[in-house]
Amino acid sequence: MKYWRKPLDYDRVTIPRGEVHIIADRCKGCRFCVEYCPKDVLEMSDEFNIKGYHPPKVVKHGECVDCNLCEMVCPEFAIFSVAVEGATAGDVSTSKVQTPKEGH
Amino acid sequence: MSKAVKHSAEKVAPPEPDVPAEPQHPVTPYLRMDRIPHIWCPTCGIGTVVRCFVDALVQSKVDLDKVAICSGIGCTGRVAGYLKLDAFHSTHGRPIPFATGLKMGRPELLVTVFSGDGDLVGIGGNHFIHAARRNMDLLVVLVNNFIYGMTGGQNAPTTPLTARSSTMPFGNFERPFNLPHLAESCGATYVARWTSLHVRRLTKSFREAIRRKGFRFIEVIAPCSTLYARLNKLGDGFSLMQFYHDTAVVKNNADTRETAIDFQQRIICGKFVDEERPTFIDMMHEHYEKVLGDKYVPTPPEGGLLSGPENESSSASGPRKKASKRKSSKKAANKGGGDGAQ
Amino acid sequence: MKAHAAGVLTGEHYLDGDFACGEGAMAAGCRFVAGYPITPSTEVVERIAKRFPMIGGTFIQMEDELASMAAVVGASWTGTKSMTVTSGPGFSLMMENIGLAAMMETPCVVVNVQRGGPSTGLPTMVGQADMMQARWGSHGDYEIIALSPQSPQEAFDLTIEAFNLAEQYRVPVMFMMDECVGHMTEKVVIPKPEDIEIVPRELTDKPPEEYLPYALDDNMIPEFARAGDGYRFHTTGLTHDERGYPVMSPDCQRVSVTRLVDKIRLNAEKIARYEEEQTDGADVVLVTYGITARVARRAIELSRRKGVKVGVIRLVVVWPFPEKLIRELAGKIKAFVVPEINYGQISLEVERCAAGKATTTLVPHMGGGVHNPMDIVNAIMEAAK
Repeated sequence: MKYWRKPLDYDRVTIPRGEVHIIADRCKGCRFCVEYCPKDVLEMSDEFNIKGYHPPKVVKHGECVDCNLCEMVCPEFAIFSVAVEGATAGDVSTSKVQTPKEGH
Repeated sequence: MSKAVKHSAEKVAPPEPDVPAEPQHPVTPYLRMDRIPHIWCPTCGIGTVVRCFVDALVQSKVDLDKVAICSGIGCTGRVAGYLKLDAFHSTHGRPIPFATGLKMGRPELLVTVFSGDGDLVGIGGNHFIHAARRNMDLLVVLVNNFIYGMTGGQNAPTTPLTARSSTMPFGNFERPFNLPHLAESCGATYVARWTSLHVRRLTKSFREAIRRKGFRFIEVIAPCSTLYARLNKLGDGFSLMQFYHDTAVVKNNADTRETAIDFQQRIICGKFVDEERPTFIDMMHEHYEKVLGDKYVPTPPEGGLLSGPENESSSASGPRKKASKRKSSKKAANKGGGDGAQ
Repeated sequence: MKAHAAGVLTGEHYLDGDFACGEGAMAAGCRFVAGYPITPSTEVVERIAKRFPMIGGTFIQMEDELASMAAVVGASWTGTKSMTVTSGPGFSLMMENIGLAAMMETPCVVVNVQRGGPSTGLPTMVGQADMMQARWGSHGDYEIIALSPQSPQEAFDLTIEAFNLAEQYRVPVMFMMDECVGHMTEKVVIPKPEDIEIVPRELTDKPPEEYLPYALDDNMIPEFARAGDGYRFHTTGLTHDERGYPVMSPDCQRVSVTRLVDKIRLNAEKIARYEEEQTDGADVVLVTYGITARVARRAIELSRRKGVKVGVIRLVVVWPFPEKLIRELAGKIKAFVVPEINYGQISLEVERCAAGKATTTLVPHMGGGVHNPMDIVNAIMEAAK
């Protein structure tokens, strides 16, 4: 992240970071998570899940701040974020797309 | 003797190990995961409300064994089937009196009614107003999608004027309810309205209401994609969520006389009523103690289950042994009949 | 199990049928009653309202009969024995939730103090015209148990029996009193608690992980778990499987409905209670229940004096109907005579079971009073020819 001017507590403040987990096969393609993510981390993908819907995918890796809004607004319980080590900019977080193996 | 048909009942996922390989969705321990994905349509808002409710339950640290859910009939009425709590899917319009029976039968339960607008204030209207009047200790969550969804989109008591539905194909000309006003005038002690977009405020409202006593009423405006949105050419649930985003205003302590909803007009959300008043059970105890004194024997919080002859009620903390033989009473001190021989 | 002492008002009392029924409920361990006032049944709940606060029970007058029945079903799921009380018009309103109780297999008792019908009818006068409704009132296939007392003493004893049967078979039991028995005052002897046998609400001893709400072991009655004990079960009025989850399939429907009906039907002989007198060698057998059974005694006495060999079957459990008994008797006698305060309800059952092997004569009374014994005598004489 680029700053115009370094804040005085630049090295003391930790920005929460999150890892987005998407349970693709539960998704029904409603787009709520994409629309309401405050960091615009998600976009609808072109892939199909098992029911023929387009699940979302993470496009801005490392930007998720673990606000859990996607998790709260998703009506299908198909997406959630997990806190990872908070850090200043430059940390790259990976996202994972889960294809469930237990037969959901 | 008929044999039960064994259905492919998937075992509920075992509890998470200490360090899970794959993190699970936080809602997993609280839902009947063998029934997920649920039946609600894409872009339906009910799932969101359920998510917020589960979050609030967990955050409130209530004993989940003592939470009971009652639902009626309809899309929202299916909520009971997905929550991993003592859940009762009753008849249309009757979750509130059913819940009253549960609460009065075992007063320590936290009884929640989760149902839709048609179920709770249409056919169930009478029960709604009386339970509110009595300040019955129930948490009532009404998911309002302005229509009877499950049965195909008929007019509901909350459908706004001019909105189309399958039984009002030329637009609704019947005045709808203003639900917060109805609840407040009937005596509800906690009245709030949010939309399913206001996830954080809704969760907070749930948390507050779980802690309160008395008739708590939370109306949640949620999108209905397949019926309300489609019949009124509003797009889908996503478009309705965008509409809530653009038009809903938060006005805590608003006068409920002004919270009526017109078709595609602004929706006033907020917490409108929050009072502490004695509940039905409180008043019952207080009154009987005053009038009967020592002779009053209240129903214990664990309920009126009678076990052995020495106990007034059971502690019911664990399972109980089955009697070795079921005894039927053959005693009929019948003086009026014949020989009494079979 | 012996009755709990607090609910038993031991002693000799002079009570009317309604009060006796209320006492019976309390003796049986009932601790939740939801009702709505309706003549002639209101005295039952008035008695209960007076005594419940002293014995740990909860009475609530609900806003209508639909709410009353729903509340009774709800309370029963907390393990509390529950009851509601009504008459004809209320009985009609309760039907939906009686169906729910039958589907969810909730033990409860519904008292119907019958009055003249249909609709508002004769609110303060006797009828017996709800007998078929007790059996068929709610939609769909299910079976219930119905009892019919003939005196305030029986109103006490049989209410206890009704609760016991409800617990045994996990079924709503219809207690079909009539206004005459309900408002008649007679001596009622209430025994000591240790002399009253009651069937307690039995809870499952399986742990929550193994428990399925509608799983069957070796009998057709599933084990019960109450709300709030950590079982986290789900139950519904939809057709459901053994997990309590709704399943929309003909297979599940077949299993479910077959069991709901069979658990009563296949046990009909165990459940049956009737009083049989002088049916051996009889020419005419009277089939009676409720207050009409007492009126019929006079008619039987008069007919016997005239030389007719008259036997009588007084039905105590009216549903399930004692088909086997009637079928066997039909081959040995000339005629059945069925006096009832309606235009033919149980007589239809008798006729069906008799299958033409004996004639069935109905002695109807449309309601508002009891039969003139001479009408019954005339029918007996006619049938004996």
